[in-house]
Parts: sequence; C-alpha cells; structure tokens
Amino acid sequence: MAVGQSIPRVDAFAKVTGEAKYTADLVPANAYVAKIVRAPVASGWVRGFDLTEAQAVPGVVRIFTCFDVPDIQFPTAGHPWSTVPSHQDICDRKLLNAHIRVWGDEIAVVVARDRISAERAARLVKADIEVLPALSTPDEAMAPGAPCLHEEKPGNVVVHSQFHLGDGTFDEAAATPGAVVVSGHYSVPAVQHCHMEPVHSFAYMEGQKITVVSSTQIPHIVRRVCGQALGIPWSRVRVIKPYMGGGFGNKQDVLVEPLAAWLTTQLGGHAVNIELSREEVLGCTRTRHAFDWDVQAVASPDGTLLARTYCAKSNQGGYASHGHAIAANAANVFKQCYRDRVSLDSESYTVYTNRPTAGAMRGYGIPQGCFITEALTDDLAYALGMDPLEFRLKNCVQAGYVDPHNGITMHAYGLDQVLEKGRAAIDWDAKRRLYQNQTGDRRRGVGMALFTYKSNVYPISLETASCRMMLHEDGRVTVQMGATEIGQGADTVFTQMAAESIGLPVDAIDIQSVQDTDVSPFDTGAYASRQTYVSGMACKMTGESLRGKILDYAAGMLERSAEGLTITDGQIVDETGQTVLTVADVGMESCYSLTNSRHLTAEETYHCEQNTFATGACFAEIEVDLALGQIHVLRLVNVHDSGRLINPKLAEAQVHGGMSMGLGYALSEEMLFDDACKPLNANLLDYKIPTAMDTPKLEALFVEVDDPTGPYGNKALGEPPAIPVAPAIRNALLHATGVSVHSLPLTPQKLIEHFRAAGLLGGEDHV
Amino acid sequence: MRNLISLTVNGVPTTVAVEDGEALLDTLRDRLGLTSVKRGCEVGECGACTVLIDGKAVDSCLYLTVWAEGKSILTVEGLRKADGTLSPIQQAFIDECAVQCGFCTPGLILSALEIVMSGKEYTREELRKRISGHLCRCTGYENILNAVEKAIQMSRSAPQPK
Repeated sequence: MAVGQSIPRVDAFAKVTGEAKYTADLVPANAYVAKIVRAPVASGWVRGFDLTEAQAVPGVVRIFTCFDVPDIQFPTAGHPWSTVPSHQDICDRKLLNAHIRVWGDEIAVVVARDRISAERAARLVKADIEVLPALSTPDEAMAPGAPCLHEEKPGNVVVHSQFHLGDGTFDEAAATPGAVVVSGHYSVPAVQHCHMEPVHSFAYMEGQKITVVSSTQIPHIVRRVCGQALGIPWSRVRVIKPYMGGGFGNKQDVLVEPLAAWLTTQLGGHAVNIELSREEVLGCTRTRHAFDWDVQAVASPDGTLLARTYCAKSNQGGYASHGHAIAANAANVFKQCYRDRVSLDSESYTVYTNRPTAGAMRGYGIPQGCFITEALTDDLAYALGMDPLEFRLKNCVQAGYVDPHNGITMHAYGLDQVLEKGRAAIDWDAKRRLYQNQTGDRRRGVGMALFTYKSNVYPISLETASCRMMLHEDGRVTVQMGATEIGQGADTVFTQMAAESIGLPVDAIDIQSVQDTDVSPFDTGAYASRQTYVSGMACKMTGESLRGKILDYAAGMLERSAEGLTITDGQIVDETGQTVLTVADVGMESCYSLTNSRHLTAEETYHCEQNTFATGACFAEIEVDLALGQIHVLRLVNVHDSGRLINPKLAEAQVHGGMSMGLGYALSEEMLFDDACKPLNANLLDYKIPTAMDTPKLEALFVEVDDPTGPYGNKALGEPPAIPVAPAIRNALLHATGVSVHSLPLTPQKLIEHFRAAGLLGGEDHV
Repeated sequence: MRNLISLTVNGVPTTVAVEDGEALLDTLRDRLGLTSVKRGCEVGECGACTVLIDGKAVDSCLYLTVWAEGKSILTVEGLRKADGTLSPIQQAFIDECAVQCGFCTPGLILSALEIVMSGKEYTREELRKRISGHLCRCTGYENILNAVEKAIQMSRSAPQPK
C-alpha cells in the first residue's frame, strides 16, 4: 500500500542539495531588468510624466508609462474562468494605471540592462499626480461624497449580499424568558502571506510564443489572464511554473506576469525579468482581508443557541482581486458551524478602499469567519456561565449537515471525535476547573475553537483536474499533473496515489514537478485545499486507466484474457498468485514489439461535482503575564478531521505550518498604515511572523474518518490548520482573565489597555 | 571598480572578479552559479541566503565579497560526499520531514551544520534561539528542530567525516 504511508517527500533531495531550480535560478543571464515605478500616494490621478532624467541613466532600455499600455481591463483572481458573463471576475485594472487606488500602485516601468540602472532610473521618473483623499476603511469609503475608486462601482461597494435562515426573528428569540444576549463589534486586521520566495516572473518570446516563467500556484489561470490582459489568443502564452518557495494564496492571484509578458512583446521578444523586493511583496501585492463585524447572539438559559445576526464589512483595498468570494466564505462558516434554532440573519459588504489589495490567503475568509464565530461563541458561553466546550457540543453542526444555499454536504463526520480527542489531549475538564479562580500577575487559561472547511470550490465554481501518465521501457511511469506543488507536498501524495492505483512501488513513479501549460494537462491549480481531493481523483482515474492498458497488453503477450490478472509491486500476477510478467516486461515489449508496438499512456479528466466538509479544532493553553500584557502559549494542539491521510508525516508537517501562521495571526501579525494608507511595516523586521523562539511545541492530531467522496477517503487539509488557532488563543485569554478582546492581534499594548480597563492592573499608579 | 578576490568555495580555490559593493549573495548566485543561496529579503531579515564563512553562519546578502578574500565559503552544493551521498544533516532534514517549500532549507541546513560542528550541547530552547535568524513560513520549525537534534545525535554516535 503506497497510500497511507509516510514516505519521504519526493522533492526533498533536490531541495536539500540545492538542485531544485526556482524562478530566480532560471533567469537568462542577459535578461533585461524591469523595475516598477510605484505611486507615492494611495489615491489620485497621474496627469503626466517627466522622464528626461530617468531616460538619461546609462543602461536604460525603455520606459513605459500608464499612458502606453493597452486600454484593456482584466481580472487577476485565480478563479476558474466562467463562460457565463455574470459569473466572471471583475476586470478593474490595466497593466499600468493612471488612476491610483493603492499606495505603490503601478504607474510606470523602467526596463534596463541591469538592476542598478533600472532602480536608479525608476527613482528619477517624475510623475505629476493629482492627489485625492485616501480611504482607509469600508465606512469611510461608503460615506456620502467619498471619492469613487472604480467608475463601475459608484459608492465603492463591490458586492453586498444577505440571507435569512429560520422561521422566526432575532428579536423574537431574544424575547424568550431568561434568554441571554451578547452583542458587539469585532475586527481583524490585514495580514500578509510572507512566503519566503518573493514574487518573481520573467518572460521572453520564441517566434510568436510568449513564455512566462513564474512562481505561481495557478499556471493555467495565469496563461488565461495574460491572454486577456494583452488581448491575444490565450495559447500564444506559455506559462512555466518551476519549484516554488511558497504561495499561501498570494500566488493564487495573477501578479506581475501580464506585465512581464507585455514588456517582452514591446522589446523584440528579449527576456524581461521582474523580481519584486520583499518590501514590494509585503506592501504592494495582496493581503488577507481586514474585516469589521457587528454581531449578536442569543441563547436560552439552558445554553441552546437560538439566533444570531451577522453584519460584516470586508476591506477589499484598491482592486477587486478575489473580491466578495472572501466575505461570502466568512459568512458561510459563521452559518455552517452552529445550529441557530430560531434564525440567522447575515449581511456582508465587500468595499473598495485605498488600502493594499486584499486577495486569497490560506483559509480564504474562513480564518476571519472562524474568529468572529468562535469569539462570539465563547462570549455567549461566558455570559451563560457555561463551559464553552459543552456549549459547542450542544449547538455545533451535526452529521449529515447540508448547506441550505449551496448544498455542500458533510458526507463524513468527525467533529465529535475531534472535540473529544482535543478535550483529552489538553486535559480540558481538569484545566478549566484548575484555572477558574486565579489571582496574581500570571494567570493561565485553556481555550478552543472549531471550524468547518469545504474541500474544493464546487458548486460555486467549476472543479476540473487532469493527469497524464506514460509507461517507459523499464516499467517506470512518468506522471504529469496540471496541479501544482508549491511546498505543501502535493507531488508526494500524487506519487503515492499513482503507485497505488497502478500497482507499482513509489520509487517507480517519476512525477514532473514543473508545470508547462504547453505540455501539462489542464488543472486550475493549488487553492481551496482542493488538489488532494480533486486532482487526486484525476490521478487515481489515470492510474487505473493505465493499469488496465498494461494488463490488456500483458494479456496479449500471454495469449490469455486480462481478467484475473493484477499488478502488485510492479509484478503482473495471475489468479493463482504467480508472477507471470513484470510491468518492465510490458514496458519493453510495448515500445519495441515488432508486431504490436504501442506506447502505453493514459490521460483522464475528473470533472468534480462533489464536495464535502473537513472539520477540526485548536486547543490552546496559555499563561498571561498581566503586567507585561504578554501571552505565553504553553500548549497548542490542533485536531483535524481531514478524512484518511495519504501521508501522515506530511499531513502533520502541514498542520505545524498552519498552526504557526495562526499563531502569528493571534499574537503578532498586523499590517500597519498611516492615515494616507501608506504601509508602515512592509518588511520582515517590523512585520512580525513567528520565529522559532516565538513558537511553542506544535501538536498535530487526527481523526481519520473515511469520506466516501474523496479518492482515498481523504478531504481538505492544506488550509485548515491555520484557521482555528487565533480564536482558540483569544478564548484561552478570556478563560485566564475574564477579558473579552474583540480584535486581533493580541499585542501587549492592546492587552495592557484591556487589563487596565478591567481593573486587573490596579489602576493608573500601579504601572 | 573591479576587484580580483581569491577565496575557497566549497573546497575549491577560486578567483573571481567582483564590483566594490557586490554582496556575496550575488557573487555566489550570479557569478558562481550556486543558486541554493536564496534571495529572500536582501537585508538580513530572513536568513535564506545563509552560508558558512570559515565555519560561521552569515547572511551573504549583508556580506561584501571583497571581505571574503582568503576565506572559505560553504554552501549546500558543497555538502555531499564525493560519491554523491548526502551529508548527515541533509539526510536528517529529509527523514524528519523538515523540508516543505525548500526556500529556507539550504540556509537552515548550514546553520544546523554550524551548530553540529560546534560540538556543544544545546537544549531545545537554545536551539530555537540558534535558528531564530531563519524565517520559515511552512513548517512552524517543529520538524526543523527535530532534524537538528537528530543531526547532533548522529554526529555524537558517528565519527565526524573529514
């Protein structure tokens, strides 16, 4: 059995030896360097340029401005294209833009023979800019008279959506005798992906073909958007995705690829390289959406959840990118986690502002949605005087759940086991009692948060994936996936699935890690935790197809029927268990037979019309230093119900990374801006992702409930680990101190203010 | 102005012509083709460009090549044995599933090697501090610490390869 084994990563050898080539390692030595000229304000209009000084810099090849680019607006979200116009992504930017909507907006580009010349000239480009007021928040942007960011969206609201569930109303529920009501305003800030490999693309031409080499999660979508942005047939563009140093959703957006593609067409096909600096990546690519909420919840005195109201404002920043899909997802998890017996009223706005464009980031709105869901849940349980885990067990989503709007069904249900496993692991009941009456400057608490997460984007968008395999003369098989390895381990689990479905040992499988849209089969890419579930099924189907062809060919060689033959560990075995041929025998004969030469290959597409929910929870034990406002995480335990694990060791590693990202969201990460929307901490020194010293031991546990819809009983795992950590820590703080903090991150400054307000610090002169 | 710098890179005496202000990162990547040395931030924040200079882990983005005259530089390209097999620390990173996207990996392997070569005993907490100059967004450092500890154990139980 290859599936279910913790085989080493298939790409680890190349990565520990330096053999793995990333985009930066492939740039032609003579490539021109393109440096983007960025707007020094977040809102305004470019009225003209003075390029005299910049053009005089030795080494400058050409300078292009926003007045030179094609008058074509294009979308950037890494969504499957929709052939239905009403479902298509918003087309709201050009290659370079005269209307400045974000600080650092791309208004011109210098192309030079070397980097120093390009950077020097870019600093000398003089832009005449009419500055407009910058809008920081949805409320500012929705206010009457606010400047309009995009003429297609007067009032700056990208989308407003709402729904009501249940027969009653919140007010009716709140009128129940003894009902307990909580309400409040909550918020989370923008944060950034901080993949270690910066954003990087280069492009060149061979004849009419434009080749774009890019660190992207979505090569086939990048090809499409480059075609759209340049107004050319899509297959004139070829996208190559080499080894990748992480993406986390930032590279599920089309970033600098269309500009690189267009520049090479303007320069006789010469190679043009765009490698963003870390500061540009942090301040000028994409972020996780900041959210504000007004929410209410009401429960009966016995802790039965009756009704909730939810109003979210999602800060989109200057361009639509993934747009309202994020806010819709956040509203969905609020709905999906709990059973409101009377009603749920939900309303969401996605609003353009002059903050950096927000897009996809690991969890796609669910980390935000989980924060508000689980903070509110704990606040309600606290008001009820009820153990928050007991409250959840009484009210959380149950087996067989079907989303009333999109029909997504919880085919397998492991949430009950998740909660019990986490409860035991953290010693919940004893710790809740132990920490209930503390005094002193250091106080401990335990908290938890749960989540649900769907395993792909069906039925909201198309789900399709394909795979191709070929048998070689020595019995080995090459696997080509359209799905992408971005660091998460996809190639390793596909290798296991291919070996399993054909009947080969894993070391007989060679998977091609580089996607090339001229060669690789079609797939929409790495996002939505979809690849093991959707692309994995394409891999399994292709393996089964190839296995059938190998057995048919073997039957011909043996002059018998294929029925009763099987492949085990590379051996072709008959009904009696005897090895009658090897796959290598078939590989050799099928290529070189003088009577029946036939290259044995297989290719299948999985058009997925299924979805299912993964679930999980985080349990946190913390110690709070009241005087320092500091949280020390003593234990952090994630428990995941992601169906059957294809590779337990890789799954555990994936959970560790997500927990680390969630820990940063909880305690330290926050993009800061001045009033003019200029980023203040767009570097890795001032923007604080966890280091090894900030990270406690990370404990990853699983319950493995087979899901009948996954290729091997598996469902989503990639994004979920990042989701529940921040609310679990926030809820542990509530347990430790009785202080309900309504925002992230839980920084010392913020906590000191809360502790002081709560009287925990003994008044002003105590400090 | 060009300078001729003589240094040893992965055991091979090398002379290379470099600009005054050229970072060792750029020399190694662009002139010597050692692309395992990664450009993550160029200001010493991320640690992806770490190399060993005379056995000490250094951010090569902050180190001018002209300072490297007479020094010995080690990158992961120089770690494999003559027959191509991996060094114990490379193998430990594979075995402990300490590699994900791989972008921080070469630099961390070199810091780990510095730790192992020191011959000193470190607690887990001390190891956290020793590798805290490396940012990793994929692993939460858990398996990286496991790999470093494993490499330390292996170095104690096996004679040090020359």
